[in-house]
Amino acid sequence: MTRSVPAIGRSPLRWGAVAVVAVTVFAISLALPVATWLPFGPGAAPAASPEPKVSLPEIESEVMCPICGTLLELSHAPAAQRERVFIRKLISQGKSKDEIKDALVAEYGGQVLAEPEREGINLWAYAVPTGLIILAALAVGVSIVRLRRNRSGEDAEPGNSPDGPAGTGPDRGDDDRLDRDMARFDL
Amino acid sequence: MKLRITLVAVGLALLLGLLTWGLIGKGDAGLKNGEPFPSTSLPTLPAGSMSSVADYRGEWVLVNVWASWCKPCRAESPALEEFNRRRGRQVAVVGVNTRDLSEDALKFMREYRIRYPQIRDASGDYSRELKTTGVPESFLVDPDGNLVAHYPGPFRDLEAVIDFAAPAFGGEPVERLGS
Repeated sequence: MTRSVPAIGRSPLRWGAVAVVAVTVFAISLALPVATWLPFGPGAAPAASPEPKVSLPEIESEVMCPICGTLLELSHAPAAQRERVFIRKLISQGKSKDEIKDALVAEYGGQVLAEPEREGINLWAYAVPTGLIILAALAVGVSIVRLRRNRSGEDAEPGNSPDGPAGTGPDRGDDDRLDRDMARFDL
Repeated sequence: MKLRITLVAVGLALLLGLLTWGLIGKGDAGLKNGEPFPSTSLPTLPAGSMSSVADYRGEWVLVNVWASWCKPCRAESPALEEFNRRRGRQVAVVGVNTRDLSEDALKFMREYRIRYPQIRDASGDYSRELKTTGVPESFLVDPDGNLVAHYPGPFRDLEAVIDFAAPAFGGEPVERLGS
């Protein structure tokens, strides 16, 4: 018994396959030019990353490591490394220093800032030293004025004047005491 | 002259008082068993609401303080999640994520399939309130909200967690040596 083999060349299946391939090739040829100008297409130029507005060292010197109690720039703890990764990510997104600090505060709280925020009770951290400096400057100023006034007062007294008459003022008192002492010792 | 001597004496007394206070404060190393457990309200993780250990009043609670950057926390996480899965009805497990990035913490939770509730101590203030000396640390709190046991360091396995939570099952707590 001979088995009848279907003539492949004439099979409707084969024609179907050819049609599918042809449609696919046509579709790819249409899609390729479109893909070249799509932003994420294979021929697309890499998306321009925003210009960094700040560097990592600039931030590191103004924020704290969350667990070490030191500036971030001084710490190599695992938590500090994660904080650095977070900062680098924000820098690469073109965030400003203030935006990055705000994001850090949102993550770790206000204590992450090396300088306390200038609001609320933290204002005392700025007001007290400033007030003390002003008070110290005032005290020095007043002392200098008083010292000058005293000196000019002493200079104005007649006995202290280099041109004044001899035997007057304090010098005269000294003369009197000398006379008394000499009289006492019969000199 | 007398005024000067008085001022110097007062200054010295203040200095001595500060030193004594500092020394006494340093000696107060941790929370004591039997004292009320601090229950500050903090944001949940993932964010969305506020929660505190006090929300679990009436239940035994195992409070675990952790961070994603802490390697021992990774090591103990499967045991804690397993404990939560098996004994969660008897002892509520509550995680306290401390001084961590929220994104990292969420990634950690996904990675270890942590299902028990979490609160977020971003600044570390709550950890300081708990007087922790590092991460991980765990606390067992009774239904009245009092501390029963403290476990500094990671649980090595599920058995260690069950031993620690023994008072919730009517036993004695098996605390880590040196705790």
